Amino acid sequence: MTLGEGISKPIKTFFIEAGELSQFAIRFFREGFRPPYEFQELLRQSYEIGYRSIPLVSFTAFIMGLVITIQSHPALEVFGAESWLPSIVSVSLVREITPVITALICAGKIGSSIGAEIGSMKVTEQIDAMEVSGTNPFKYLVATRVLSTTIMLPLLVIFGDMIALYGGFLGVNIRGVTTFDLYTTQVFNKLTFGDVLPSIIKSIFFGFVIGLVGSFKGYTTSNGTEGVGRSANAAVVISSFIVFIVDLLAAQISDILHLL
Amino acid sequence: MNPMAENRNETVIEIRNLEKSFGENHVLAGFNLVVNKGENVVVLGRSGTGKSVLIKCIVRLLDPHAGTIHVLGTNMLDLKQEELDNMRAKIGFLFQSSALYDSMTVQENLEFPLRRHLKRNVKYDIAKMVDDALLSVGLKGTQKMSPAELSGGMRKRIGIARTLILNPEVMLYDEPTTGLDPVTGREINHLMLEVQEKFRTSSIIISHDMNCVRMTANRVVVLIEGKNYAEGTYDDLKKSQDKNIKQFFD
Ligand SMILES: Nc1ncnc2c1ncn2[C@@H]1O[C@H](COP(=O)(O)OP(=O)(O)O)[C@@H](O)[C@H]1O
Ligand SMILES: [Mg+2]
Repeated sequence: MTLGEGISKPIKTFFIEAGELSQFAIRFFREGFRPPYEFQELLRQSYEIGYRSIPLVSFTAFIMGLVITIQSHPALEVFGAESWLPSIVSVSLVREITPVITALICAGKIGSSIGAEIGSMKVTEQIDAMEVSGTNPFKYLVATRVLSTTIMLPLLVIFGDMIALYGGFLGVNIRGVTTFDLYTTQVFNKLTFGDVLPSIIKSIFFGFVIGLVGSFKGYTTSNGTEGVGRSANAAVVISSFIVFIVDLLAAQISDILHLL
Repeated sequence: MNPMAENRNETVIEIRNLEKSFGENHVLAGFNLVVNKGENVVVLGRSGTGKSVLIKCIVRLLDPHAGTIHVLGTNMLDLKQEELDNMRAKIGFLFQSSALYDSMTVQENLEFPLRRHLKRNVKYDIAKMVDDALLSVGLKGTQKMSPAELSGGMRKRIGIARTLILNPEVMLYDEPTTGLDPVTGREINHLMLEVQEKFRTSSIIISHDMNCVRMTANRVVVLIEGKNYAEGTYDDLKKSQDKNIKQFFD
């Protein structure tokens, strides 16, 4: 094997995979919104994906809020700008930290479980069985999950924002005493709709990516039970990677819009 | 007139010159098969010879490259999605792995094929339909169990019950006894005969288990190198001097 081949193979695999994932996304938009609709399964998935993730999302958001506040304190103290602490911390929590951390947590928790669940249905012929019994498995399994993650992730992020800000309040209180009223006034003086909206919009994309990649890896699983583990793992790695790319694009786009 | 129409009452499945490849792997290379009404035809072949590919082509889980497939007089290779779904409802498919939905109870598994195949404006007693299907496979009262709680033989039975609930005219069994102990295997063989009698089904049974072949086959078709290599009753084949056929009996 020459060096050229050694490099070109992974690159080729990358582009083939990217192409297949795009086709999968196109199929979602083509088939996912046509009747018959699978409302009941959509509700069940939203409950599984959204409600069941609340404890984990709350925990991480709370810790993030607390830790970022504690760590920002000394830097602001140098400039005698401690009163800025709530507003500065809340902007970075809402704009960046909560959405990205929540998305990564969900890529790990939800992405892997979708990949493993659909993957094991694939290798045990359950997907074929659905197909021959007249239910479109793509709509029943994939479309419902992708829609659920797309709807639930922004909601989880909004929820996470509130918990993170509460964590920030405790962080401020560790050094100096402040009232909750004063804290919220300081936070919402600085935090605008222009901070919240882009973060919600990018969370929608994060949710879409997590659902889509998890379903894609599951739906294309081969090689039996061993393949199921590999699919779950790849779902997490690939969706986390794309979350960062989307985040970067979102930062650029909102920067450009800001200038206009 | 459609040439199929005159003997439609006799021929249930007719496969002509079926070809299916995966890349360079030519799995089916001109396979022919006819199943008559009420008949159990066993397709006998070693593992990896394309037996599952064959029956997956019949229900269009796979698309063949060439050849024709007629089921109950309908050309399976020229159907719109809705027509295909209606045809599939007439064909019961028992998967090799049983393919029970792990996340659902037995009851929900049996109800699943009904969700797209019940007529509007008709009142169905779904609980009774489930009851009857379970009774037919000898597993009355298992509605609340989950697939994980079932033994291999029970899973096969529930898999059969799930296809019987739509009253299929044709049954396709993919290695129904593989992986079962001999006693359980024999029970499944009996069950297939009962189904044949009670539901008047015509079946393709895929197997390399000679007990299963002996007990269930009205006729056997041997699949070798993508073609129907030999054909006959169990006793015909047993007498054969051909070494490719003898190997199944050793
Ligand atoms: N979806 C598929 N993609 C590629 N190759 C396949 C696929 N399904 C089956 N094959 C190949 O076709 C051949 C026959 O498979 P199969 O019909 O499952 O064998 P069996 O007779 O044991 O049921 C095997 O070589 C298998 O690798
Ligand atoms: Mg097989």
